[in-house]
Amino acid sequence: MSGLPKYHALKIDEAKCIGCTHCMKSCPTEAIRVINGKAVIDHERCVDCGYCHRSCPTNAFYIEQDDIQKIRNFKYRVVLFPSVMIGQFPEKISENQIYSSLLKIGFTHVFEIEQPIKLLINSIKEYLAAQDTPKPVISTFCPSVVRLIQNRYPALTENLLLRKAPHDLAAHYAIERLKKEGAGEDEIGLFYVTPCSAKIASVKSPVGEKESIVDGVINMNELYNRVMKIIEEGGPEEDTSSQRENLTRDGVLWSLTRGEACHFGSRSMAVDGMHNVIRFLERLEDDQVHGIDFLEMRACDQSCAGGILLTGNRFMTVERLERRAKRYPAAQSINKNQIRVDTAVLQKKLIIERINPKPVYIFGSDRTRAMDKMNKVQRIICFLPGIDCGACGAPNCHALAEDMVNGKAKMSDCVFLQQMWEDEGKIQTGKAYRNLEKKWGIDRFKADCNKRGRRNEGF
Amino acid sequence: MTLTYDIVGGDFTRAGHPSSEVKKVLKQLGIDARTIKSIVIALYEAEVNVVAHAYRGKATIMIDDTKITMLLEDEGPGIPDINLAMQEGYSTASKEVRDMGFGAGMGLPNIKKNTDELLIESEVGKGTTVKMVNFFK
Ligand code: SF4
Ligand code: SF4
Repeated sequence: MSGLPKYHALKIDEAKCIGCTHCMKSCPTEAIRVINGKAVIDHERCVDCGYCHRSCPTNAFYIEQDDIQKIRNFKYRVVLFPSVMIGQFPEKISENQIYSSLLKIGFTHVFEIEQPIKLLINSIKEYLAAQDTPKPVISTFCPSVVRLIQNRYPALTENLLLRKAPHDLAAHYAIERLKKEGAGEDEIGLFYVTPCSAKIASVKSPVGEKESIVDGVINMNELYNRVMKIIEEGGPEEDTSSQRENLTRDGVLWSLTRGEACHFGSRSMAVDGMHNVIRFLERLEDDQVHGIDFLEMRACDQSCAGGILLTGNRFMTVERLERRAKRYPAAQSINKNQIRVDTAVLQKKLIIERINPKPVYIFGSDRTRAMDKMNKVQRIICFLPGIDCGACGAPNCHALAEDMVNGKAKMSDCVFLQQMWEDEGKIQTGKAYRNLEKKWGIDRFKADCNKRGRRNEGF
Repeated sequence: MTLTYDIVGGDFTRAGHPSSEVKKVLKQLGIDARTIKSIVIALYEAEVNVVAHAYRGKATIMIDDTKITMLLEDEGPGIPDINLAMQEGYSTASKEVRDMGFGAGMGLPNIKKNTDELLIESEVGKGTTVKMVNFFK
């Protein structure tokens, strides 16, 4: 099952990119190279984790989104947003203010996506209980983690949970409810507010799905600004509690670390932060983890509270959400009458097809040739200095060696080798200098006191 | 292609480094996941054996188109009775080693389960050589 073509919302603004290597060094999948003085993302390797976005000192990364005016095309305009969004707002701002502002922006229905979360909890429990389910089950909540596993841990794809994430649940739920109110399916526009680039990718080209159910994606920081503006201007504060009647404590906490894991299996674990996830997957792949039933894995430190499109401090967001959660009932206390739609229909929609591996790090399918390339890498490595400086445009010496055997780089890209060759008279100084200019851009090495990327920038 | 690693006796904190390096290489070669898993388990167990029992050792990994050959040579007390050591549950590991979760006497049997060819040579008071071969599908 391949689903839609892979979509990436994360883009680089060439005009802002200064080619400084920060993003390239921070990318956990070695997906970035600097070519002609600009960062370039390899979309096969990229898992949309956003680490590059965070590390960029000039804000050159941006995340494509849909025009909010698109909502005007629909009679029923539904905004779907994860609970974590509420956690960013200062405490003095009430839920009613936030909801009222969203209505003022032009939405007709406001839905926090983690409702009715009970249906998802039950569906995952059922999946875990099935005899043939390979353990540990790895959550498919964070799309970055799913892509990482497809790309780099192909054998672990069979452990991926075959259930949807809350945004799908909410989308189907919203449709069913509005249809009950008499809306035609074409009249309903669903707009998802995303905390990160990964969720956009999964909404626009869902893994294990044939088409996207959402009509548009809005970045959370953009909506935060709009809502804040309305509130600051003394916007409305109506009673909107009826829109939250299926919201629960467990729903509010779902996108935080342990929000999922706490519900499942007799032994479960939660791992957050991309580097922790990678280290753990390595162990899992080596068969060094035993007896765990359920694994929650999230790319961001503090899970979605640390999403790249959130505003404010992730730890404060977590604290506010934990306090908010206390005001809501437990997930299981929500009953059928409250849900108001046929839950069997929703339950069916929560199931996804098997997720296939897509290994991207292999040296081609012909083993003899792959072996050949591997040998070459080993030999090239002997000549590279092992400084891992990034001045070649690759994140480290080993990555450069691999690029070379894949025909994407040459020996002279290594500035130290070039220097040595100059010393040995194997290359002319002028030629060596032009090679550098080619890599990093003409005028790059001229004196410039306003140069970006000076000390303390980006911190 | 040949990869070599030094193994330090008694340093459990670093155990697993050679097997994870080898795994990376095999994945890039496109070897199937099940074969890789067996190789990684066997190599890891063999490495832990050296760490647990010997003073020092060396792992030499040779990879070609069709197979991987893993040679672990150590300087240590050696194994007096290899047949006995091959039995599940048999262990001479010290209490400290067992307390760390190693040395449950599953090492050699587990290696045997996960390799296509296994050859153990040992001289008491000198050391042990373990040779493991796994063929690619
Ligand atoms: S989003 Fe993550 S994987 Fe993609 S280029 Fe940026 S850091 Fe690398
Ligand atoms: S943890 Fe949440 S915010 Fe971060 S990448 Fe995953 S889904 Fe997105």
